[in-house]
Amino acid sequence: MQSVFVTVTDYEGTPHRLEGLEGWRLMEVIRDNGLPIKAECGGACACATCHVYVAEGWVEKLAPKSADEELSLDDAMMVQDNSRLSCQIILTPEHEGLEVTLAPNP
Amino acid sequence: MALPYRRRMSSLLNQFTQHAPGGTHSTDVAIIGAGPVGLFAVFELGLLNIKTHLIDILNRPGGQCAELYPEKPIYDIPALPVVTGQQLTDNLLEQAAPFKPEFHFSQMVESLEKTETGWRVKTDADTVIECKVVVIAAGGGSFVPKKPPIAGIDAYEGTSVFYAVRKMEQFRDKHLIIVGGGDSALDWTLNLAPLARKLTLVHRRDEFRAAPDSVHKMRELAALGKIDLLFGQVTGLSGHDGQLTGVEITDNDKVKHALGCDALLPFFGLTMKLGPVANFGLNLHENLITVDTEKFETSVPGIFAIGDINTYPGKLKLILSGFHEAALMSQQAFRICFPDQKLRFQYTTSSTDLQKKLGVK
Repeated sequence: MQSVFVTVTDYEGTPHRLEGLEGWRLMEVIRDNGLPIKAECGGACACATCHVYVAEGWVEKLAPKSADEELSLDDAMMVQDNSRLSCQIILTPEHEGLEVTLAPNP
Repeated sequence: MALPYRRRMSSLLNQFTQHAPGGTHSTDVAIIGAGPVGLFAVFELGLLNIKTHLIDILNRPGGQCAELYPEKPIYDIPALPVVTGQQLTDNLLEQAAPFKPEFHFSQMVESLEKTETGWRVKTDADTVIECKVVVIAAGGGSFVPKKPPIAGIDAYEGTSVFYAVRKMEQFRDKHLIIVGGGDSALDWTLNLAPLARKLTLVHRRDEFRAAPDSVHKMRELAALGKIDLLFGQVTGLSGHDGQLTGVEITDNDKVKHALGCDALLPFFGLTMKLGPVANFGLNLHENLITVDTEKFETSVPGIFAIGDINTYPGKLKLILSGFHEAALMSQQAFRICFPDQKLRFQYTTSSTDLQKKLGVK
């Protein structure tokens, strides 16, 4: 499996360059690296606690949100146009350099 | 705490005793949390003749399995290649049934007090359970309503920001702002609209996942001008001494609106917080309860912690780990509950005694 490096900015505004693996969910990479993401349902697209903001320029490059993800985002707060649930972003080599910011935790 | 009634309760549950809040009860073991691990603890303790009561903040058993992913498949339960959260809960209830556990739902344990014979467990609904042993199987903690990250919201909670409705009457003739698009938001919109002086429903998009009938009724009220419907989100609060006077709503075109408001009711579902467990006087490590790996006992003898809420070297947060922990915890619980009796290890395949308890002999 190929490494995919992503940059995740935490609640304090500090960016972290994380090594992900192709096929992993972005949420898993964030959690695996010990950043404080709740991700309560463990990737079932059910709890909206892995909410992130995707950096400008990256929004269009990601696979579009499913109806299920859009529905779950109703339980997230401070939702913006660039909001995504990180458990629904499955890394591919095209995601090399992806930048996201953790959205406020409830 | 009253939580929104979100899903139909399993009919399996009808065969169990469910206590109304309040009153004093007596049992061998009080289990805090009726998730998969708490339910399996009923079985393991039951095989050793130990009686159990379970307390859960949700209004039904299953914990995260029932609340977060009832329909999602789980693939790592031994001997069940695939099972949904609800099926797993139903199976565990069936397995626990012969031991007649008693349930106390929709309440949260607030304190544990040492007594001469064991422990006194008290809940926020004034239920008291006297027991010999306490087992904490509380997973990620208590499910509590999500709180919007709006600056200054703490100052208004309980006085003009509410995450649940206890008395509808308190909202009469008030200007209410309800936020959300699910069943709770819509149900309270429909129920409170006739009482309120003015009611505004705020949701982030023009689609609602609440029951279609509720959505239809809400749209009728909006069309008749009986409620206001706004698409956007609450981004600011104003008021003084805990009393809201207005909120700022940013709509989907980024235009800010100042709205008068006496009470704000946000409904964004539930999240897990450790809650009062943190004040039980147990040793914690990063919000998890430290236990030994022989008995899964906490730093306080007679109080055990099993499942996702505990930690020890090598811990894996898997349901199967919680099952193992429940079995070993039960051995020590037996020694505490029945100090004069000899603990005999038996198999359900061969022991007529165990088979009798299970009702199969």
